[in-house]
Amino acid sequence: MRIKRLAAIAAVAVLAFGAAACGSDSDTPSTPSGESPLVAKAKAGQLKFGVKADQPGLGLQAGSAYEGFDIEIAKIIAKGLGGDAAKNTYVTTVSANREPFIQTGQVDIVVATYTINDDRKKKVNFAGPYFTAGQDLLVPTASTITGPEGLDGKKVCSVTGSTPAKRIKEKYPKAQLQEFDAYSKCIEALNTGTVDAVTTDDIILAGYAAQSQYAGKFKLVGKPFSSEPYGIGLKLEDKAGCTKINEILKASVTDGSYKAAWDATLGKSGTPAPTLDVSKLTNCPA
Amino acid sequence: MDVFLDPANRQAYLDGFLTILKLTGASALLALVLGMLLAACRVSPVPVLRALGAGWVHLFRNTPLTLVILFCFFGLYSAVGVEFSEDIHINNYWLAVTGLSAYTAAFVCEAIRSGINTVPVGQAEAARALGLSFSQNLRLIILPQAMRSVVAPLGSILIALTKNATIAGVIGVAEASSAMKALIESNGDQTIAIFAVFALTFVALLVPVGYAFSALANRLVVRR
Repeated sequence: MRIKRLAAIAAVAVLAFGAAACGSDSDTPSTPSGESPLVAKAKAGQLKFGVKADQPGLGLQAGSAYEGFDIEIAKIIAKGLGGDAAKNTYVTTVSANREPFIQTGQVDIVVATYTINDDRKKKVNFAGPYFTAGQDLLVPTASTITGPEGLDGKKVCSVTGSTPAKRIKEKYPKAQLQEFDAYSKCIEALNTGTVDAVTTDDIILAGYAAQSQYAGKFKLVGKPFSSEPYGIGLKLEDKAGCTKINEILKASVTDGSYKAAWDATLGKSGTPAPTLDVSKLTNCPA
Repeated sequence: MDVFLDPANRQAYLDGFLTILKLTGASALLALVLGMLLAACRVSPVPVLRALGAGWVHLFRNTPLTLVILFCFFGLYSAVGVEFSEDIHINNYWLAVTGLSAYTAAFVCEAIRSGINTVPVGQAEAARALGLSFSQNLRLIILPQAMRSVVAPLGSILIALTKNATIAGVIGVAEASSAMKALIESNGDQTIAIFAVFALTFVALLVPVGYAFSALANRLVVRR
């Protein structure tokens, strides 16, 4: 008995060791110097993208699949890196875990309504921006609110701890800020009239307003009071990858795939595709 | 750890825990009173009251607290129109206290009812023989003895309530876990340090409560 058990343990150990060896082989594909490790991963079909799962039009999880503009951008990137977009793996990220996910390698690339700012630039590298959003207000169709100045004493909803919520607290302290853990709850509260407005990036609000159950009920105020350049996050030291992704974005404007990505997702609400200003792409510091 | 060097972040952290204490204080008082009433209902000779007490306990003890608190906002306030204040923060605070007390009262009720069972039945019989009414019997004879035997379980309920108060965050009360989320949002690289500080603060607040209730239970217990 004892000998059998020992043999079994030995077999398991050998298997585990072998598997571990395989694992490390495939995790770090050999990279020609100067080329981003992303290229090899893309060719092996192993790219992992961090995306949002709860934002209609941008990154929304429907069953086991993800859909939205961010997902289309991820597909363009995978294709541009020489991979097969159908082999992309998507991982749900929330605002709070995007930097840690990139730093620890749980995802390779983050395309998740990820605003480029100086604090984040210290932790991750940004390609893009592929879109510039602005904080705006979503109000019921009959509302008389015309901008953030009209929020005094009004109830405005946003997500706990988010940048838009922080901005309301700091710049418009007379507004009454209701915080929930998800925008969907804010929209529900707006629908029942419990709050007077919902605030976050205009593109996210447009996605909610375009959902069929809310058709005709809400309108976007249309006066953005911030600028949120959405970047593509990757490892801080991967300057080559960042440069490569910027080239891919440039090419996607020329070959029309950027516009196609927009039209297939956010464009459905009738908003024409924005022009991507390629001169504003980051210079990928490292 | 440098996230806590910023005075604004430190303030958010302190405000978060202050809110937890305020939620716990108000809810603990209300839950104790409500729990006692419910326990009285459950042992009363009136069937309707017994059913009311049992229904309350079964409903709230078996519902997730998140659901109860969300209902307070979307049901009580949004749909029914129960409003405590024009100010959204005060209103949300009292909605959360309502949910927390209703939920915790179910546990308090069951603890007290178990305490009532520790009082020898002869005590109640003797009181009745002396001509005491049901409420006099409960107030003067049963509850004073029952409460002394349930100090320790009430302490556990208070500790659970303090931690449960973080759930008020789902309707936008700026309590400790919301403050933690906000800090992590802008300091994603220090997640573990932030978690550790918040967790240890809870431990530091609640360990003494545990000891205090054990000591109190030992002093008050009715030795038979």
